[in-house]
Amino acid sequence: MFDDNATLKPMNMIEAIRDAHDVMMERDEKVVVFGEDVGYFGGVFRCTAGLQEKYGRSRVFDAPISENGIVGAAIGMAAYGLRPCVEVQFADYVYPAYDQITQEAARIRFRSKGQFTCPLTIRMPTGGGIFGGMTHSQSPEALFTHVTGLKTVIPATPYDAKGLLISAIEDEDPVIFLEPKRLYNGPFDGHHDRPVTPWSKHDAGKVPEGYYNIPLGKARTVREGNDLTILAYGTMVFVAEAAIEETGIDAEIIDLRSLLPLDLDAIQQSVEKTGRCVVLHEATRTSGFGAELMSLVQETCFYHLEAPVARVTGWDTPYPHAQEWEYFPGPKRVSEALTKVMEAA
Amino acid sequence: MSENNNDYAPLQIHVPEPPFRPGDAPDFSNFDVPVAGATPRPPIDASREDLEPYSEQVIRVLDDDGKAQGEWVPNLSDEEIDAGMRAMMRTRAFDERMMKAQRQGKTSFYMQCTGEEAIATAQQRALREGDMHFPTYRQQGLLFAQDWPVSKMMNQIFSNIEDELEGLQLPVLYSFRDAGFFTVSGNLATQYIQAVGWAMASAIAGDTKIASAWIGDGATAEGDFHAGLNFASVYKAPCILNVVDNRWAISTYHDIARSGMSTFAERAYGYGLAALRVDGNDWLAAYAASEWAAERARRGHGATLIEWVTYRAGAHSTSDDPTKYRPKEEATIWPLGDPIERLKQHLIVKGLWSEERHVQAEAQYADEMREEMEKAEANGTLHEYDRPRPSPKAMFEYVYADMPEHLRRQRQEMGV
Repeated sequence: MFDDNATLKPMNMIEAIRDAHDVMMERDEKVVVFGEDVGYFGGVFRCTAGLQEKYGRSRVFDAPISENGIVGAAIGMAAYGLRPCVEVQFADYVYPAYDQITQEAARIRFRSKGQFTCPLTIRMPTGGGIFGGMTHSQSPEALFTHVTGLKTVIPATPYDAKGLLISAIEDEDPVIFLEPKRLYNGPFDGHHDRPVTPWSKHDAGKVPEGYYNIPLGKARTVREGNDLTILAYGTMVFVAEAAIEETGIDAEIIDLRSLLPLDLDAIQQSVEKTGRCVVLHEATRTSGFGAELMSLVQETCFYHLEAPVARVTGWDTPYPHAQEWEYFPGPKRVSEALTKVMEAA
Repeated sequence: MSENNNDYAPLQIHVPEPPFRPGDAPDFSNFDVPVAGATPRPPIDASREDLEPYSEQVIRVLDDDGKAQGEWVPNLSDEEIDAGMRAMMRTRAFDERMMKAQRQGKTSFYMQCTGEEAIATAQQRALREGDMHFPTYRQQGLLFAQDWPVSKMMNQIFSNIEDELEGLQLPVLYSFRDAGFFTVSGNLATQYIQAVGWAMASAIAGDTKIASAWIGDGATAEGDFHAGLNFASVYKAPCILNVVDNRWAISTYHDIARSGMSTFAERAYGYGLAALRVDGNDWLAAYAASEWAAERARRGHGATLIEWVTYRAGAHSTSDDPTKYRPKEEATIWPLGDPIERLKQHLIVKGLWSEERHVQAEAQYADEMREEMEKAEANGTLHEYDRPRPSPKAMFEYVYADMPEHLRRQRQEMGV
């Protein structure tokens, strides 16, 4: 996937995302980047810092506060033959663009039988943990996985963020690229009362310079284990690690990385091996992506299961402000679920 | 409810109503019919200030006698005007044939553009190869103006085995990339901002192509229309922003889309864009305004909104019955007349046409469409389940560039 001789460079997730843009803009002049505050300023999270200076205003520019406008214009650009990569400032702001994403971007190929296509990447920070309240904390992944024609990707490390974003930009179809904002600066494990380890002290914070890609639809086994399978993505990957450490359960952690396409083979192989499964996500529970994962495990692994599949998720409430840590499915709740599933049958 | 213990009169909601409903005698005597030739033609780089009057006054070239008047008379050869006439007549003949076909059960749905043929057929002539239209379902005239094969449209309408879209899309929501005809969405207004994005891309790429966005009066109330105007203004996108005001959005009068206090062209003025208001039933004016806007865009002076003043003479679609909400006679007394009749008059004045030739041409195009339909029917029609049909496989094959595993499994589950 990348040159073994490539220099590894310590990067946090923001730097890795910026580097992916840089690599792709350098390689392909069709790549254009725009969104609110992304131009001169380089984005409120700094993910596009320096790109306008390097590639010019015609390829990196600020957009009006108009998500339907940003995505609609990007669809037209993609139809022309460019490869736009646009930023929606927070996933919570994507809804004005939902019509353009679900009814247009997702179907341009289908309804024109491939005469027109939509190679478009829509990046947006997702998830909570920063005291952003109900308008800066949402995890809307299931609203996109439910729409055919889209791909939905969530990296959990700088290394994956760069490789997956490069694949997203290269993809011939629209990709929703969700960036867990609580992971931008370090592998946050849900212990909000402890300092976060910076990415510079984590193996996945060593990122190869230059081009490499990680194919969409391939999960990553974070940790091998025999007792139980944890299916997670984004911030919950590190919460799962903390819970394993605290319970001592020999669990296998699968970081799905891409929800659609989904690496069902990896899920199936792991659950068949362990016979137990816990599904984690930060998003609200009802009709969440966890429901899909539990159905798939039930459909494909039923006769290997030794306990009912469990899930730990955000509560079915709007994301509260002061009660952030009661809402967030942290290590304590995950540990309890793991213990319960191990005790079953 | 609150107690009105103050001296304010109770507030009242204002809900606009059309002037006439079924049973009323429609009367357009208050309609300000534009004077042909009265409006000067500004230079294509005219400033927004110089263009301000154009968002109210209506540009018209053809007078009531069929004579072309004033500065907007386009520089077109007799052959080119004749081709415009042919395109309008063929569009109408096609619509008539397809309306019948739908009633005969050969397809689910059809949408005619009767009374609005001049706008699309004239604009197509003003654009160049490689430009891209983002049409609605009522711009079939763009295709007739370039002699696009009728068979491709009919096969699509019948969703038969020769349909290039393999039955995946509703009738008349065509996609013809080679004709500069973007895949038509069934969701209104979405294409407007996409057209602006396409035009921005042309400018980013250093190209010389322009885009043309289309929308009806009703859908201008959608956010995507306003995003389109704003982006077009902010980035000086090289495009034409058409608003076809045919006065009716299904049953809803255009005063519900915008209050009767302003024109659609004035919307553009507020966004800092050039705007023209044009008699949409005047083929010469339609060409001249389109040509002006196309040139303005191509020379880097940005987008122009063109408000086309017209009337939807037919039903919204085959699922609509306009006698339920507007007087039947409205279409016939519409003061801007019929676009085909008006260009016919012009050609007669110029000695290029006659009533006899017109009748002959009508018969010729009716025959053409009947013959084309027979050929298309030979490829099948929508409800003929006992004949070869588009494969169910197609629905899985065009969702993604590469079929993901879960879709492959679902296709197998279906057994195809």
